[in-house]
Amino acid sequence: MSIEVALHHRFGAFALDAAFRIERPGVTALFGPSGAGKTSVINAVAGLIRPRKGRIVIDGRVVLDTNAGVFVPPQQRRAGYVFQDARLFPHMSVADNLRFGWRRTPNRLGEDGIARIVDLLGLGPLLERAPKALSGGEKSRVALGRALLSAPDILLLDEPLAALDAARRSEILPYLGRLRDETKLPMIYVSHAVDEVARLADEIVVIRGGRVEAQGSVIDLLTKIDGSIPTLGAVLDARVEVHRAGDGLSVLSFDGGQLIVSQIARGVGDRVRARIRAEDILLAREEPRAISANNVLPAIVSALRAGDGAQTDVQIACGPAKLVARITQASVARLALAPGVAVFAIIKSVIVDSSN
Amino acid sequence: MLSAVMMALLTPAESQALLLSLRIASVAVFAALPFAVAVALLLTRTRFPGKIVVDGIIHLPLVLPPVAIGFLLLTIFGTRAGLGAWLFQTFGIRFVFSWTGAALASALITFPFQVRAIRIALEGADLGLDEAARTLGAGWLDRLVNVALPLAFPGIVAGVITAFAASLGEFGAIITFVSNIPGETRTLPLAIYTALQTPGGDAEAAKLSLISIVLALMFMTLAEIVQRRMRRS
Repeated sequence: MSIEVALHHRFGAFALDAAFRIERPGVTALFGPSGAGKTSVINAVAGLIRPRKGRIVIDGRVVLDTNAGVFVPPQQRRAGYVFQDARLFPHMSVADNLRFGWRRTPNRLGEDGIARIVDLLGLGPLLERAPKALSGGEKSRVALGRALLSAPDILLLDEPLAALDAARRSEILPYLGRLRDETKLPMIYVSHAVDEVARLADEIVVIRGGRVEAQGSVIDLLTKIDGSIPTLGAVLDARVEVHRAGDGLSVLSFDGGQLIVSQIARGVGDRVRARIRAEDILLAREEPRAISANNVLPAIVSALRAGDGAQTDVQIACGPAKLVARITQASVARLALAPGVAVFAIIKSVIVDSSN
Repeated sequence: MLSAVMMALLTPAESQALLLSLRIASVAVFAALPFAVAVALLLTRTRFPGKIVVDGIIHLPLVLPPVAIGFLLLTIFGTRAGLGAWLFQTFGIRFVFSWTGAALASALITFPFQVRAIRIALEGADLGLDEAARTLGAGWLDRLVNVALPLAFPGIVAGVITAFAASLGEFGAIITFVSNIPGETRTLPLAIYTALQTPGGDAEAAKLSLISIVLALMFMTLAEIVQRRMRRS
């Protein structure tokens, strides 16, 4: 599975000049500020805009090649699209919306396949309703189901959570996570919210001013401190080691150590993604002894970058894993932190998506 | 029951005129509808040179004297020469002096009403839904039939009703094109005119006028209700 995108297009004064390749399946986040051209990129992948110059290949199928005069229209691209505003057909029930694309694809799922997606997205109770009787979160889920049932080769999501409030957002996120884990469908996910990206994406393509500014794995990119992308403390792919019955905690292991977290509803051996905010990491030069934090990891400072105001981001290496602590410049001076210095990272809180 | 009421209130000649008006208006409006949809689509969804001229031609019947349109139709569809002669000789189709000719004249005159209403509905359509349908595998005809037209349906209905009401009132084009033949082309307005030409026919004319007013009001109200519904949804 690979996706190849190279685009050149102008919208008035704005030039889109973006090229990237995605080699692995999974979720690729197009990340960047509003107006960076992210939506234009997926519109081009879907065929909704026709770039002046470009080439797009989805899993070996050339859907756009302006040099060769190839332009596969959107209705033949097999690119499922979840729009920010859902765009459900108002004159059809939820069930008819769901089956709209399904009816029009040659490789449609059977009734059991429909039932599985209805179940996956929790759409059962909504089927007979009209779109205008749905909440924002419900609309997003129906739009997701409708796109999935059209049996696409790739799923394009344009900030499907942006129109929702925080509560609705956390209602949808687990569904998206399940989708990623259960369907194996490659997805391109447009977002400007770093927490969503950290939770869902495997790969990030950073777009700014119509250009690709950086690309890499979520784990690498979100712990960079070069300013190309907002820094998160850490994104760790971990494995559930053991649930400790005695104290109600779970032990996760990752390349570089172990983390102790509140018990999560996942099986031993499951892969989970742990996230740590840079503000939730403290640094100490000596191993703290009597301390309430459950997680204290030995690490080596690998880089520093002074941020806005009094803050400094300190990147530390914990085995092969990178973490970033956001501390004050005064603390940096007091601890005499510099690349190569050994420290202990005290982790105040770890976020694990306990349900998949 | 309706016919019993009509029998009681109207003379045979009057009810004949009323029924004929309704029949001509119905045929006119429904025969013109597919063309009105096509033209409305052409004007909203495509760009071509000379569009403004086409737009003008479509709206011409609104401002031209109906008598002129009647005369134009007579010239084109008269059985002595041209298209009319060909139609008559080849297919036996004759519009002059026939109720079908009255329907043709009505259709032409009320065509702008239909196009206008459908066009407003199509222009108000959410193009995002069209894009969504495309990504879900729907081709243009599919999208037209299953997305654009169903969503424009209230507009289409409003157009049909307005055109129908306007059609009931057509006089000049009908009398010029197909003359004033009782039971064939004498619609309500022509019957009113005939009554006025008859000594002592004032009461008759007033009665027929009242029927016209009631009908027109009924249909205009109906069109307004449909359009309000459309705005709400």
